[in-house]
Amino acid sequence: MRFDSKNLLAFVIPVGLILVWQALSSLGQLAPEVLPAPTAVVAAGWRLALSGELWANIGVSAWRAGVGFLIGGGIGFALGLANGLSKLSERLTDPTIQMVRTIPHLAMIPLVILWFGIDETAKVFLVALGVSFPIYLNTLHGVRTVDAQLVEMGRAYGMGNRELFFRVVLPGALPSIFVGLRYALGIMWLTLIVAETISASSGLGYMAMNAREFMLVDVVVLSILIYALLGKLADSIARWLERATLSWHPAYLAH
Amino acid sequence: MTARSLTAHGLAAFSPVAQRQSGGATRLGQGGTGATVTLRGLSKSFGVKPVLRNVDLHIPAGQFVAVVGKSGCGKSTLLRTILGLETPTAGDVRVADAAPNVQAARIMFQEPRLLPWARVIDNVVVGVRDRSNQKAARAAAQSALDEVGLGDRGGDWPSALSGGQKQRVALARALVSHPRLLALDEPLGALDALTRIEMQGLVERIWQEQGFTAVLVTHDVSEALALADRVVLIEDGAIALDLAVDLPRPRRRGSPELARLEGIILDQLFKTGDRVAAEASGDALQEAYA
Repeated sequence: MRFDSKNLLAFVIPVGLILVWQALSSLGQLAPEVLPAPTAVVAAGWRLALSGELWANIGVSAWRAGVGFLIGGGIGFALGLANGLSKLSERLTDPTIQMVRTIPHLAMIPLVILWFGIDETAKVFLVALGVSFPIYLNTLHGVRTVDAQLVEMGRAYGMGNRELFFRVVLPGALPSIFVGLRYALGIMWLTLIVAETISASSGLGYMAMNAREFMLVDVVVLSILIYALLGKLADSIARWLERATLSWHPAYLAH
Repeated sequence: MTARSLTAHGLAAFSPVAQRQSGGATRLGQGGTGATVTLRGLSKSFGVKPVLRNVDLHIPAGQFVAVVGKSGCGKSTLLRTILGLETPTAGDVRVADAAPNVQAARIMFQEPRLLPWARVIDNVVVGVRDRSNQKAARAAAQSALDEVGLGDRGGDWPSALSGGQKQRVALARALVSHPRLLALDEPLGALDALTRIEMQGLVERIWQEQGFTAVLVTHDVSEALALADRVVLIEDGAIALDLAVDLPRPRRRGSPELARLEGIILDQLFKTGDRVAAEASGDALQEAYA
């Protein structure tokens, strides 16, 4: 990625906000128990990084997010493909999926705690549940809207089912699948934060809630900033993947 | 509908030409690579709606046949049935004395239908019959691209090509496997007039070189006459006119002989329609006076 003046423009507002925040804190306009200065947040980060507590919590949260995402995304992707390709499968499963989808998955938290307690399974289950629906819907939509003329061309040129899938259907569905992927990544972090905040004994959400108990506002702010960074990181990876696999798409033809 | 009697009329009126046309096909002397196509009593219905009614047609090997007709007359269905993309409701289709098989023939559609996510050369590879040997497939694709004059564009994405260039890639894809039958489903209909004339020349040249049997479906009568050995007019799902075009190639646009044949076809196409319209307006006048 090139860092020319256009890319630097994106940093003007965040850097400006931090400078104003620091200035207000230094002038005593912002009470440290309401919002500690950026330097205090950095100091808290340094302290927790040295003790290893920060890395352990980030690791636990990332593990939960990743495993939940793989399970939920895998199920959503598989069902989306199956229902996009087979009318029978769609008639059998789609109405049930659409019904379950209307339940806000976070409303399941009390039930999930009763089922799984507050250990890893509960968090992974909630993330997987939340992530599976956007992946499912967008994969299904992608497969459904593959250009029927291209499918007919493939058949007329003697492609079998397997070749038709890999050469025509999957590449055609990919832009839509990526929309689902990026949407799912947002839901993944949201679900994890809520689940960890309500019931956990480790992870970033637990670190923030624990700090609140002891009025460590700097650690609370630090946790929020780390969530933002992780979310941005996941989104950047998805965008990079998108650019790498959709280089044929006129929208990504920027050389 | 009097399609059967019109067929008889059409053949009777131009029988000297019709006899010459079989000689015209053998004159090419390339029948060895083309496939004969024979339709016997072919009918096709979608639900209760008949689209083709009892069509008999024999296309000798290497002949270039144009199928013309108004939209919805069944000419595309005829083509798709010859290719095996549709199964006939009744009757029999034989391509090179065998049942139609998607692998034996190749089709060019009205749209290029290139895979946007595959480079130009990989789009041509789709037309290679045995794609398991990648190296040979790519070599064949490259020579097909050279043939249509796009040999240097193999590495581009289809979105970087103009409409005419995309259709030339589609032609290369159709021809890369050296089909014995090439079906053309209005492939030039969406192109601008100048590109269309250029593409007609390209199709004619490659047909003369390779000697495949060609079936061109078009609604452009002058295009049919510029390219075909024989023009078949379809009306209401039946053959209404079967006209041999025994003129030397390359044909000069606007020659009196082409104009005469075009007049015959257009008369056949619009004659019945005009009479119905005249009768309808006559009825309206009588009602007005009554």
